[in-house]
Order: sequence, then C-alpha cells, then structure tokens
Amino acid sequence: MSSASRSHDHPATAREVLDASDISRALTRIAHEILERNKGSANVILLGIPTRGVALAARIAAVMASVEAAEIPAGSLDITMYRDDLRLHPARALEPTDIPSGGIDDAVVVLIDDVLFSGRTIRAALDAINDVGRPAAVQLAVLVDRGHRQLPIRADFVGKNLPTSLSETVRVTLREYDDSDAVLISHTNVSRSSS
Amino acid sequence: MKHHLLSSADLNREDAVLVLDTAAELLSLADRPIKKLPTLRGRTVVNLFFEDSTRTRISFEAAAKRLSADVINFSAKGSSVSKGESLKDTALTLEAMGADAVVIRHGSSGAPHRLANSGWVRSSVVNAGDGTHEHPTQALLDAFTMRKHLGDLDGRRVTIVGDVLHSRVARSNALLLSTLGAEVTLVAPPTLLPVGVDTWPVQTSYDLDSALDKCDAVMMLRVQAERMNAAFFPSAREYSRRYGLDDRRFRRLPEHAIVMHPGPMNRGMEISADVADSARSVIVEQVTNGVAVRMAVLYLLLSGADLSRTDLPELDSTKAEVVS
Repeated sequence: MSSASRSHDHPATAREVLDASDISRALTRIAHEILERNKGSANVILLGIPTRGVALAARIAAVMASVEAAEIPAGSLDITMYRDDLRLHPARALEPTDIPSGGIDDAVVVLIDDVLFSGRTIRAALDAINDVGRPAAVQLAVLVDRGHRQLPIRADFVGKNLPTSLSETVRVTLREYDDSDAVLISHTNVSRSSS
Repeated sequence: MKHHLLSSADLNREDAVLVLDTAAELLSLADRPIKKLPTLRGRTVVNLFFEDSTRTRISFEAAAKRLSADVINFSAKGSSVSKGESLKDTALTLEAMGADAVVIRHGSSGAPHRLANSGWVRSSVVNAGDGTHEHPTQALLDAFTMRKHLGDLDGRRVTIVGDVLHSRVARSNALLLSTLGAEVTLVAPPTLLPVGVDTWPVQTSYDLDSALDKCDAVMMLRVQAERMNAAFFPSAREYSRRYGLDDRRFRRLPEHAIVMHPGPMNRGMEISADVADSARSVIVEQVTNGVAVRMAVLYLLLSGADLSRTDLPELDSTKAEVVS
C-alpha cells in the first residue's frame, strides 16, 4: 500500500533494504516473468497505481519493450474513488487515470504497485478496472510484498518479499519523485492502521 | 474545504484549484462505458429548488447519481411550499430524512446561508443560485472551461457583459476569477451595475467595444426580463446594439478568445445566433463541464471525515423534537 508506506520518520532511523541496482534488477526480472507467463507481450497492458506504481509501470514497460522490440502500452489507474476508507480521512485529491487508447477489453492487465500490504488498494483497483472494461485476466506485480494481508489477495510477480512487523514502515523512493531509488524500512512507535 | 459552498468567496485559491483539478480527472468519466463511481454510495443528496431551473438541477442530479448518491428532487411547485410551508419547516423535514447534502436554489438572496447557519440541518449546503447574490458552482464550471482552453488563469483578461445588477453568475465569477488571478472587467449600462461594485475586485466599463480588443474570454449574461421591474434601458434594440455580441464585435476579438454564456440565452438580444453557434463558443461545453465540476464539489464536501471541523452546529431544540 503506497500510502501506508509513506512515513515522515527521520531518515537516519531508516534502513535501506534495496538500493538502486537491486530495484533495477528486480524490475528487469519482473518484466521477464510477465513476458514468460503471458508468452510474449501481445495483449499485455501495464497499469500503475499512482503515484509510484505509475513510474514502476513505465520502467517495466521499457524493459519489456527492449526485450520484445515492441511497444508495451502502460498507463495509470487512480483508485481514490474506490477506496474503502474514504469516510475515515479528509477528502483526497484525485490522481490521473490514463487508460492506453484501445481500452482494456480482452487484454491481460498487469496492475503494478510499489508496496503490497493489506491488499485493500488492490481490491479497490479491481473494482476500478471493472468499471473501465472487461479484461481477459488481471495480474499483479509489486516491488515489495511486506505481508499482513487483510484480504485474500496475492501478487503474481514480486520484486522482494520483505517480512515486516506492523510497527515498521516501508517506504519506496524513486528518482522520478524523490532523490534516489531505494526501499527503506523504519520503525514507528505508533502502530499505524493500514490503508 | 469548508463544510458548505455558499459563495465563491468561501474558496481560497488552493481550494478552488483542488476543485478544478478534481473536476479535470472526473471529466474523463464521461468517456467510460460505465459512467459511475461508487464514492458516495449510501449518501443522500437533496435538490431543493424553489426557483425554476433546467440545467443546474439536471446537472446536480447527474453529478450526484454518477457518484452513486441517492438523489431526492424537491421543487417548490407541487410541494407543501405552495401550501405555505416555511423554509425552516422544509429544512427540518429534510434533516429528519437524513440528507447528507442539500443543494438549494432560492429566489431570495441569502436563503442558503440561512439554511447552513441556522442549526436547522447538519448536512452540507451547496448554493445553486440564490436571488441576485451568488451561484458558485456556475463560476467554478466557467473557470474550469476557461482553464481548459486558456491554461492557467493568472493574468488572463475576462470580460463579463450585461445585466450585472441581477446576475448571481457575475458576482460569483468576479470573486472566483480574481481569486484565481484573472483580471475581470464588467461591462454594463450604468443602470445595470450594482451599488458598491467599486468594492469588488474588478474593473468596470460602460463601453463594450473598448473592452473587447485584449480579452481572453468574453462572458455574455442573460438579460433577466423576469427581474426587470423598472426601465433599466430604453429598448431591447438599443441594449442589443450597445451591449450585444454581434458578428462585428465577434470579429474584433483576439484569435484565441472564447465566448461563454451561462444560459439560457436570448438569441438576438445579448448574443447573436451566429456567434452562439460559432466554433469559438463554448456554451454547450460549459454544460458538460458543469457535471464534472459539480461531481468534484459533492465529492470534496461529502466524502471523507472533515477532521479540521470542530464547529458542527448544535441542533436547536425544535430540531430534536422532529427527530424523536
């Protein structure tokens, strides 16, 4: 869950679990696994979940495109309006939804997010996809799976399985938005509710 | 955002930009096969219309339904209002029914403010036009339409022409557009400019021709014959000649300028039919954008717990009786 993974801890307390080259290798492997599973890139559409999933989708699409020598459609899917915790927080600003032209009907949609946590974001994303079209299949790729699922959801492609305790916060930084590429883990004293 | 939207002055620049950005994302919904979001499921929106309206009521109804809210339409005709029920009693009934938002249009300026601040209802109140006072969602959709065509409104010149005196659209637009950094010029005959217009954040002029050369958007207001209880100008023909947007004036506008009208239009009076139907007229698009803007307003007012809000009004005792 991207939002749960963002923290305001002092950076000094954060431990780096993946560095830039680890992330790059993980994304390259995920790209190959997507191609392997789907026997090529025909009919595959990548949809990143804002904000960081969008950048990850673009990077994975670039690797897949260089392997397959074909354009891989990549877009973004905002799930804000489908969240199950809208009533618990002040109204949020919406993120862009950008569905590749041609739509998602009968395509294989690979959802891409940075951190898989409770699974509620993915549940919301499945609802959102349902309103956009009817894909042939939906698969899920995440950079980090930190466990503690609250819904029966699992990822098809995982960059790194990261056993965590609920008192820890996982944060993904990407150079598209932050200073550098890294996955950081830090301790928070207050146990955070998942989002 | 605040709990209510009563006036364009309720919105600071940050809020206004948030509404417009949210609306921009929601506009793409119109291209989807399923034009519906589950966001306000289980919420009730009441459209309380004491005055006739086509596009505003339909627009609010479509917006609420696309967000999956339940919509109750109330128009004064055919309701207990025609039997003499007061605004207060109507409001208490709505509160007892559990309305989460009340969209109100009323012929009296200040009726939405009264509804929001009297303690009769706990719901969010959205002003959909009150008398000659304000119509903030119209201003938001006008600003949204301008932003789509002109980009950032900072430093843009907007000319609003016509019956400013009776126009809630002009007042709301003047406030909102100046919040967004645009320079607003009001053009009207002296009799149709309100008293105190010098305190508004706008410039005024009596001469349309001199205001057209440099403007980026020109908004024609409807001549509101139903509110004209005195002779504000000698004849319709003279008004049309001096303040109507005809072909001659239209050709003098800069290439990129857009023509707007909040509707309903008096073709041949304030705007000629050719101008209204021209490629640079965005009048039909304004209606489409209205749904997205009203969705954004309802979403931002209704979804989510407003953690900053500690000033929820205590309901007065008469209210408690109605509930129990």
